[in-house]
Amino acid sequence: MSPGLRSALPVVLFLIAGFAAPLIAVIWFSFMPARTFSFGGTPTLENYTTIIESSNYISFLWSLGLGAVTVTLLALICYPIAYGLVRIFGKWSTLITLLFTIPLFVSENIRLYGWVLFLIKNGVLLGTIKSVFGVEPESILFTLPAIVLGMVYVYFPFMLFPMTLGISMVPQDTRDAAMDLGASRWQVFREVELPLSMPGILIGCLLTFVLAVGAIAEAKVLGGQQIIPITHDIEIAFTYAQNWPLGAALSVLLMAVVGTLVLIVLRRFNLDQLLGRR
Amino acid sequence: METRAVRLRHSLVTAWTLAAIVFIYIPTICIILASLTASRYFQFPIARWGLDWWQKTLNSIEIRQLLSTSITIALCVTVIAVTLAFFGALAFARYDWKGRSLYQKIILLPIFFPQSVLGLALLLWFNTLGLPLSWKTAVFAHLVWIVPVVTLVISIQVYSFDPALEEAAFDLGASRLQVLREVTLPVLFPGLFSGSLFAFLLSWGNFPLSLYTTGADTTVPEYLYAKMVAGYTPGVPVLGTISTIGAIVLLLGGYALITALRRTRASE
Repeated sequence: MSPGLRSALPVVLFLIAGFAAPLIAVIWFSFMPARTFSFGGTPTLENYTTIIESSNYISFLWSLGLGAVTVTLLALICYPIAYGLVRIFGKWSTLITLLFTIPLFVSENIRLYGWVLFLIKNGVLLGTIKSVFGVEPESILFTLPAIVLGMVYVYFPFMLFPMTLGISMVPQDTRDAAMDLGASRWQVFREVELPLSMPGILIGCLLTFVLAVGAIAEAKVLGGQQIIPITHDIEIAFTYAQNWPLGAALSVLLMAVVGTLVLIVLRRFNLDQLLGRR
Repeated sequence: METRAVRLRHSLVTAWTLAAIVFIYIPTICIILASLTASRYFQFPIARWGLDWWQKTLNSIEIRQLLSTSITIALCVTVIAVTLAFFGALAFARYDWKGRSLYQKIILLPIFFPQSVLGLALLLWFNTLGLPLSWKTAVFAHLVWIVPVVTLVISIQVYSFDPALEEAAFDLGASRLQVLREVTLPVLFPGLFSGSLFAFLLSWGNFPLSLYTTGADTTVPEYLYAKMVAGYTPGVPVLGTISTIGAIVLLLGGYALITALRRTRASE
């Protein structure tokens, strides 16, 4: 056995037991008769027909739509910051990166709850406006914009860091050469900077999209259940409805969408190059 | 002209970044403010400041139980994850072997996977195996997501590791164990250290995996979530502040330690 395979073995065995096996269990369960709790039943497609006939597609569309909006907003918000981290901030970059990292380690619930306290009637924002200007605007809490705000907030680092990695892969020499050859600022960006930093940007987009599609807490905490994402449907099937096979079938569909996307994008990448092997 | 345009662009980027930092810390500040309110309900501007709820929360036996469950899970996850990921990272970045490129992609899959769905899949899996749910199953669930993350973190350190060091030690007659103890581990220590920080903090803050896999045991994020959806409880901001400050202290302390370590190494 090669030393590489030998050191890979523990992790691989663990992921087979903890990742592959549960997923196979879910796929198998999605073919069991509705409302059963064992693997012994006769396989059937009834759960999938139920989903097609139901209104679950609305939740699917909400999840995908929210994911797309989150990714687009984050790409626009993060690009200048990532650019600054690589090219402008110099020795301050480490500190700024650290500041952006810290919230990642605080439970997402707590941070979303902080937004509730900020946005709620008589909260930090509206309370301040009221005491300074004497007017009291409507709160955006429990509306769609609040959900989008929460998602942009929570997934911010997942876009920023891969993007920074991507931009740092553009050699300064290549930019200088393009400038010397008379390229305009915009041309350098479009012809040199953007294509060369694309791997990092794409990884960032993929990561945030996948996480956003699987998000559940934002819609619950900030959305006041105004919008039901697909993960919420899955959770209901597993808990209140006690219909595990239906929940499993919904999970399989979600996994299929996410999995296809991840495989398509990851196939094109050389991870060694991205992570810095010399 | 050109320099003025450049300067303008730089100040715009700086201003935008500062705005983003403020945006990132708004919720944290709100939580801290709420924890310092003496009244039963949070209202801004705060009429009565006080530490009453801090005292009540810290004296509660239930809260101590929560903290100890969360810390136990996080410690177990850290030890197991770093051990597995250390070897995982060597396979990821140090050795050239046949299945490496495939292996690297397999490692990424759990990270690129919706965690709430992973939590439910694990619930179903534990149920199939007939395992009773407790904090121990939660440790397993956390590991499925955290081992790949820590493997990546350590791999970044391994990429800059020069294999010639190990070979030199072998040539000088060191045994496999000696090489591991005297060369590989010390050189990779900064990576292992940041890996353990990541493991501990990600487990400490995790909610979607804990939600479905802890059974009767409750972690801090689960408790906070249950209280949040039930309405306003003054203990929530206090516990949230404790959780946040704990993470900041650990992270800054760890960062300072690593920097100090690098300095002493550079001066040697």
